[in-house]
Amino acid sequence: MLRLSLPLRQALGRLTLPVLFAASFAVVLLGRLDLRVGDRARAVLSDALAPLYALIAPPVRALRVTADGLVGLIGVDNDNARLRAENARLRHWQAVALALATQNRALKAALHWVPSPAPEFVTARVVADAGGVYVRAMLLATGPNHFIHSGQIVLAHGALVGRIADVGARSARVLLLTDLNSRIPVLLEGGKGRAILAGSNGPRPRLIFATGAAPRPGEQVVTAGLADGIPPDLPVGTVRLTARRVPELVPYADLDRLETVQVVQGGLPPPAAAAH
Amino acid sequence: MVELGAAPGIRPRPSLWRRLDAMARAALPVAATVGLLILAGAPFGIPDQAVLGPTVAVISVFFWTLYRPASMPALVVFLLGLLLDLLNWQPLGAGVLLLLTVHAVTLRLRRPLGAAGLVAVWLGFAPVAAGAAMLLWALVSVLDLRLMPVGPALFQAALTAALYPVLAIPYAHAHRGAAAPERA
Repeated sequence: MLRLSLPLRQALGRLTLPVLFAASFAVVLLGRLDLRVGDRARAVLSDALAPLYALIAPPVRALRVTADGLVGLIGVDNDNARLRAENARLRHWQAVALALATQNRALKAALHWVPSPAPEFVTARVVADAGGVYVRAMLLATGPNHFIHSGQIVLAHGALVGRIADVGARSARVLLLTDLNSRIPVLLEGGKGRAILAGSNGPRPRLIFATGAAPRPGEQVVTAGLADGIPPDLPVGTVRLTARRVPELVPYADLDRLETVQVVQGGLPPPAAAAH
Repeated sequence: MVELGAAPGIRPRPSLWRRLDAMARAALPVAATVGLLILAGAPFGIPDQAVLGPTVAVISVFFWTLYRPASMPALVVFLLGLLLDLLNWQPLGAGVLLLLTVHAVTLRLRRPLGAAGLVAVWLGFAPVAAGAAMLLWALVSVLDLRLMPVGPALFQAALTAALYPVLAIPYAHAHRGAAAPERA
């Protein structure tokens, strides 16, 4: 231990905080100058934490399922009645769908229709929320030798969830379509209008710069397949109008409760690889 | 501030085990904070769970700076802020500035609040919690060059103030027992 005189030690003690404040401004500058520094540190941390979180996930999930089951018992009678009615309605629609599918197949055969290739995907487990107070994202456990790179799109049960933002050695981060920085070109099925789906950090992203007919509530929204190798016609959600008649989107994917997701292969390679 | 061997009196010779014990006790507040920060990011599936990270960090830095500043020195606060930034995906430096500010403000509050009871400290902590939430909102907005929604900041302020006793009561037990190097 260095022996310093008392006044000197007090003077040094008083200097610590200002020096550290200056150092934090240096950290801010470093983070702004080179965004990769933070991303690399976060990827290392995510890689370290992903297995730990994957270990915690199953018991937590079991607990949540049990709790949901207990809560569900309360309304089980009403649920049964509602489901029976819904089942009857769905059986009708199933018959319609089967008839239409047969007709569709016949028409396609008559037209020599070239089917668009089904997207290839890998499935990954969601291990944790990788967002913060002001970020909407989640962490995937990918294993060591994965073929995931940033920019690829992510689906859950066929519906759009978001895009890969960062990739570590055994984890990847998905920026959800609700994040403030998410922008995805979409197509409105009814009016064939186009729009940009812009996240707002809230549960329902907004549809901005809509062209063609104004978005109508209940209208289907699919990916436009215009930018960065996003495949076209993937379901995203339905249109809903806010009280102020601003069009927003109700996503098909339940973004709060995702357990596994599909990462669609293809798409543009990351910018670093493209530069070479 | 209590320093080993500062008070006069007869004490046992500081053997290796005793010194290790004292070091472990001195490190407990920081270890608990890091553990809670990592736990706050675990997949519990609670809506808006991300707010827990800054909440836990602000309460921990406040409590230990108030009662045992020797175990929560400024340099450690700096590193905790960096960990918070990395875990919470916020712009680098936002959490560092946030926690250092909480630390500096709390050092000023040691004189009026140091000997007060839990409820009085809780009342004193509420404005600190609100200020911390607003500061984080402002820092992220400035560093990301875009106005962030205010909703999460208000929620963070309320949650931080409300969760104070949940952490402070076990911390107070540790402060008198497991985190007290002078009892080594």
